[in-house]
Amino acid sequence: MKILVCISHVPDTTSKINFTDGDTKFDTNGVQFVINPNDEFGLTRAMWFKEKQGASVDVVNVGGAETEPTLRKALAIGADSAIRVNTEATDGFAVAKQLAKVVQDGGYDLVIAGRESIDYNGGMVPGMLAAMTGANYITNCIGLEIDGASAKATREIDGGKETVSTALPLVIGGQKGLVEESDLRIPNMRGIMMARKKPLNVLEPIDAKAETNSASFEKPAPKGAVKLVDAGNIDELVDLLHNEAKVI
Amino acid sequence: MSVLVYTESENNKFKKAAFEVVSYAKAIADQMGTTVTAVAINADNSESLGNYGATKVLSIKDDSLATFNAKKYAGAIESAAKNEDAKVVVVSSSADSKYLAPLLAVGLEAGYASNVVEAPSSVSPFTVKRTAFTNKAFANTEITTDVKVVGLSNNSFGIVEHGISPSIEDFSPSIPDSGVSVESVDKATDKVSIADAEVVVSAGRGLKGPENWGMVEELADVLGAATACSKPVSDLGWRPHGEHVGQTGKPVASNLYIAIGISGAIQHLAGINASKVKVVVNTDPEAPFFKAADYGIVGDAFEVVPQLIEKLKAFKAQNA
Ligand SMILES: Cc1cc2nc3c(=O)[nH]c(=O)nc-3n(C[C@H](O)[C@H](O)[C@H](O)COP(=O)(O)OP(=O)(O)OC[C@H]3O[C@@H](n4cnc5c(N)ncnc54)[C@H](O)[C@@H]3O)c2cc1C
Ligand SMILES: Nc1ncnc2c1ncn2[C@@H]1O[C@H](COP(=O)(O)O)[C@@H](O)[C@H]1O
Repeated sequence: MKILVCISHVPDTTSKINFTDGDTKFDTNGVQFVINPNDEFGLTRAMWFKEKQGASVDVVNVGGAETEPTLRKALAIGADSAIRVNTEATDGFAVAKQLAKVVQDGGYDLVIAGRESIDYNGGMVPGMLAAMTGANYITNCIGLEIDGASAKATREIDGGKETVSTALPLVIGGQKGLVEESDLRIPNMRGIMMARKKPLNVLEPIDAKAETNSASFEKPAPKGAVKLVDAGNIDELVDLLHNEAKVI
Repeated sequence: MSVLVYTESENNKFKKAAFEVVSYAKAIADQMGTTVTAVAINADNSESLGNYGATKVLSIKDDSLATFNAKKYAGAIESAAKNEDAKVVVVSSSADSKYLAPLLAVGLEAGYASNVVEAPSSVSPFTVKRTAFTNKAFANTEITTDVKVVGLSNNSFGIVEHGISPSIEDFSPSIPDSGVSVESVDKATDKVSIADAEVVVSAGRGLKGPENWGMVEELADVLGAATACSKPVSDLGWRPHGEHVGQTGKPVASNLYIAIGISGAIQHLAGINASKVKVVVNTDPEAPFFKAADYGIVGDAFEVVPQLIEKLKAFKAQNA
């Protein structure tokens, strides 16, 4: 089985988000970048397939040279080789187009992406990629088993979960649950040394125009101070929620 | 030309989010000088959509759409959009709508913006405000394609009443084959889901152990709320994974979010900040949650929550 894991290179979850150039660009100053958390769960599940069932695992990112340390980290966790499509990730559609080319050229059976990136929050790249390549698609995926060409997956739905059956080729949008938090791997010294020797292939992009353009950004308006209510006066809270906030 | 909106239903009944997306579609249609056509799949009571601004309803009754299937549903909506020559297609932010929207966008060669929180600031160019960086910021995003797909963030626009008597047309879409089939569904039918909830009651590690969740559930019950939890609580197995909210869990955009024994770490706040009113109960006045909350009680959850339940019951009895 040939597995491709899509890796989005995102600001660490503790990052303060700021913008520059008149609020048109994300300010990367002092920001640590990491593998998108949903992709980390997917990568770990891919390693499980590799070790338990036999599979090759490639990772891919669409982005500039600055994303290479993130791809190296994925290699240190255990991926066999990495691909970087050398172009700015302008929008979800353009990214999906680039990925579709990689998937078709590489003949991948299973593509594991994340349900959502924590920076763009599009929740769209894997679905678009599936539609473009004609693969089956499951998102909010919290469990995946592959047996030959058939697959069984668990998907989180509003208020519960469902089990679905499908077949390869398949694209999933994964999240926590695909593997447990405690199964996530921190690269060790040996992994990091080996990652240096693994191939990281830089591909030139195909022509793919974005369909959306995030022209400017803004931050939420600063919040007023909290209104404290005395623990002995819960009536006041009920009153505030009813008469002032009007939420009950 | 029209604005098309997909109105979700469950057991043949429209979900509340359906009324919100129709209200939203009506606002866009007014800006564009056109009308709203709703697509309803196996739903009764299609005429009720007029109350929220639909002029026409395409009613699809089809057994092959009895259970949700992203590809089939996307195909049906695509077929309706083409039939109507729709320039804008609106969907909600439910798990199902977010699942089908990218497929629909590719099918319609439409640009797609998800998590949109307001009516477009302009329809030419078509510009919407959406959340990005997991609620830490907003992006003003222009969709440049001829046809646009907009995913509205739940509870962000609200329900607006209009008194329209819509025309109802039966519609038979072309439905693609899907390689994905549902084997079984495991869903609590008696509980409000976090996505649908107007009120969410959430608790953290401050509750000490899973055995103490009785009062959290009771509080949720009184408020008709969904229950949620912080990440360590689900990692510890005190609560199911599906209740984990935050940057790496489910997003919450409720009208009221009550946080009990949750410290307010940046990853937690990022996922719940889109909620309108936030209340925190925490023993530690220095807990970061107090900086993010609208109302706060410095106090012990084990004393405050039972009292709050009593007071709310009394309030409800009085206002019933
Ligand atoms: C990559 C990454 C992603 C993450 N994603 C998320 C996420 O999506 N969601 C999330 O929630 N977290 C997330 N976290 C974890 C986050 O950083 C915090 O560790 C977590 O939110 C803390 O949970 P908590 O507030 O329940 O527990 P704690 O931090 O232990 O806080 C417990 C609180 O309860 C209070 N307390 C104690 N006893 C009582 C009492 N009797 N009555 C009232 N209050 C009491 C304490 O004062 C304290 O403030 C993430 C972390 C990382 C590194
Ligand atoms: N630039 C990118 N390169 C590779 N994969 C990506 C990129 N952007 C998004 N993805 C994948 O698509 C998923 C969903 O991203 P998004 O649609 O932005 O929410 C991510 O979790 C990644 O797996």
